[in-house]
Amino acid sequence: MTKKKKSILSDQRFIVLLVVIALTAIFSFMSKEFRQYNTMLSLLDFSYYDLLMAIGVTFPLITGGVDLSIGTGMVCYALIGGTLIRSHGMPVIVAMLVCVLLGVLIGTLNGVLIGVMNLPPFLATLCTCMITRGAGSLCTATPWPGLTQEGGWFHSIFKLTIGTGRSADRYPIGFLWMVILVLLMEFVLNHTKFGRYTIAIGSNKEAAALSGINVKFYHVMVYVVCGLFTGLAAIAYAAVTPTVQPGTGAGLEMDAIGGVFVGGVAATGGYGSVLGTFVGIFVIMLLKTGLPYIGLQANWQQIITGLVLIVAVLIDIIKEKKAAAL
Amino acid sequence: MGEVILTMKDIDKSFPGVHALDHVNFEVKRGEVHALMGENGAGKSTLMKVLTGIYQKDSGSIVYKGKETEFHNTREAQDAGVVIVHQELNMVGDLTVAQNIFIGREPKKGFRIDDKKMIEESKKLFQELNIEIDPREKMHNLTVGKQQMCEIAKAISHKAEVIIFDEPSAALTEKEIADLFVIIRDLREKGLGIVYISHRMDEIKVITDRVTVMRDGGYVGTLITKDSTKEDIINMMVGRVIYEDPKQHSMVAPDAPVVLKVEHLNAGKMVQDVSFELRKGEILGFSGLMGAGRTETARALFGADPKQSGKISVMGKDGQLREVTINSPQDAVKYGIGYLSEDRRRYGCVVQKSCIENTTLATMEQFTKGFLIDSAKEKEVTEKYIKELATKTPTADQLVVNLSGGNQQKVVIAKWLTRDSDILIFDEPTRGIDVGAKNEIYKLMNKLAAEGKSIIMISSEMTEVLRMSDRIIIMCEGKVTGNIDISEATQENIMDKATRSID
Repeated sequence: MTKKKKSILSDQRFIVLLVVIALTAIFSFMSKEFRQYNTMLSLLDFSYYDLLMAIGVTFPLITGGVDLSIGTGMVCYALIGGTLIRSHGMPVIVAMLVCVLLGVLIGTLNGVLIGVMNLPPFLATLCTCMITRGAGSLCTATPWPGLTQEGGWFHSIFKLTIGTGRSADRYPIGFLWMVILVLLMEFVLNHTKFGRYTIAIGSNKEAAALSGINVKFYHVMVYVVCGLFTGLAAIAYAAVTPTVQPGTGAGLEMDAIGGVFVGGVAATGGYGSVLGTFVGIFVIMLLKTGLPYIGLQANWQQIITGLVLIVAVLIDIIKEKKAAAL
Repeated sequence: MGEVILTMKDIDKSFPGVHALDHVNFEVKRGEVHALMGENGAGKSTLMKVLTGIYQKDSGSIVYKGKETEFHNTREAQDAGVVIVHQELNMVGDLTVAQNIFIGREPKKGFRIDDKKMIEESKKLFQELNIEIDPREKMHNLTVGKQQMCEIAKAISHKAEVIIFDEPSAALTEKEIADLFVIIRDLREKGLGIVYISHRMDEIKVITDRVTVMRDGGYVGTLITKDSTKEDIINMMVGRVIYEDPKQHSMVAPDAPVVLKVEHLNAGKMVQDVSFELRKGEILGFSGLMGAGRTETARALFGADPKQSGKISVMGKDGQLREVTINSPQDAVKYGIGYLSEDRRRYGCVVQKSCIENTTLATMEQFTKGFLIDSAKEKEVTEKYIKELATKTPTADQLVVNLSGGNQQKVVIAKWLTRDSDILIFDEPTRGIDVGAKNEIYKLMNKLAAEGKSIIMISSEMTEVLRMSDRIIIMCEGKVTGNIDISEATQENIMDKATRSID
């Protein structure tokens, strides 16, 4: 690609990064509360599960598909994991593994429905969205162990706490893992067969098939990867949600999918990056967290996020038109 | 035949790089069926598109009912009574017959659509045409033949005075064609002017009064059908001087082994009992008119479309010919077959990606170490082929969309060469490619054949077929109608076979 020669300013990811910095600066300037360490800490805490879902769903979106089941799926796995701990006395590590496993399972189901049975992605994942919401609701509201309880160690995956009580120091170590995962998946997207074929399927599925690629298999794998990350998101979600409520989760996928599009995935598939997803999610998270601090309530966050998304997708479409005119 | 209703005179039309219509003349009289004939790309469709307002002419005049006219869109043409019945039917399957006939101009009763009136009007139309179709039937429940009748009814309802039939019989059965002819004769009796585009010589003899022949965008001449023979028409269609030397004799060694043997291949209506052999180092031309089933044969052979029956044998690396099962392009690729689609943008390459990504698409495993792609090797191999094929691109990183058609084709060729495919299927290898680049592609194909690759070349260009092929298979309506050595091939005997279906 010729992107090396292009100015960094034409890279949507860089523009979005500037937006992230600008938003942080604006909110910090306007609100004393926002610029406190604890606010930042909580913003990061709540960004992990969104980000994990977003990394996963980046892959279906690049193929031109979508996965609507990630929000309800995540909550469903967290509920089942919590139930295993509370009602069956299983160790937290088992619950975590079950979350990941369930994610892969539902991801495989999505993949087979879409890649093999040729169901439209919207429809297939709408079905699994309903299924996971229902399955999650079979469990009762279940808190995972708190930080000081037995099994609470899993909180330190995301937030390292040194000392106890009010004087404790907390470090957002989860952010480090996120950076590593993002770089890893960016690498997978650009430097492995799986990544290359994901892009090829999104760009021109027919040509990929006629080149002798096992399109079905890779199409399924795209959703398996998405499911895997949804499973990881379930753990991050349990870590920040005191009590996971049955019947919730619908709508959470929208933040993740929105973030991916802000990050510059082509609306029609065929192009995208995990780095873009990373910065895109922080635009969404900053709006979500920051707007209340400057006196705009949650409804405004939704409206503004919607408008931001329109702008992001329009930029992509205009860019594509320009490229076609060359 | 009555007075002249439509005269097109000196019609000229150019597209960037193509002189599509070169001072063409055409006229239609009331009460005549006038055939418009010519090879693929002769300009028949373009001429009709100029007439019905889809394209605007550059110069020339159209006189319709005694008045100089120019339609700016199909709507204007329709309103004036010039209607085209397309080969591909433009019907909405889920709507009823009546709803389709009146689509876009539904009779209203206040704010409501007047369904009752629509149905009654449709009934009247069908009565007029002597057809039995229930206007309340859903369109997709009708046979193709019946659907076409509805198109005709729709045309009549526009108070049509000139109706253009664009290959109306292509999808019809014998019986349906007979019914169609009854209707066409009836319309002729009523004094309509009818333009009939078809490749089927026997139909032309049966239904038409006059024939106008076009060739390479130019007007060749007009004949009275009953005073002329099939040979006269064919000579007019192909009677061009071939500037490029046609191949005189086959370049294939007499003892060259067979590398691909296809026996009794059947795949839908377009591929019926197709058998042929391809030998090592041979360029096997597939000639025929549009819709002859050549691309369908290639796609079925390549596993891109399902087939009903047939036996395919491929020579293995050990030199033995053995039967193989090809159910997907993956299988075909495994047996060393590569397919270069006629529609590069849709099926050939991933245009929004780089030359590198396209070159290595079919052979990723050669470029991966474990899970990782070896980018350095990718670049090296791509650059090697860029040099070898003389692909004009600033760098290997260039997006394919930014290359010219000829260079896109070279990238696709490179893709199959990395795979070391021994059998290459070129489907219209030079479509949309300018003359200079064409010669380069030809040279490349000859070089590949000389190196022992075997090539199937599907081509609609007579000059290309005669220049490149060692042997020529001719297809018509899904069947092989001829198999001739290049030394015996002439434009005339190829066209003769391409317009004749054997039953």
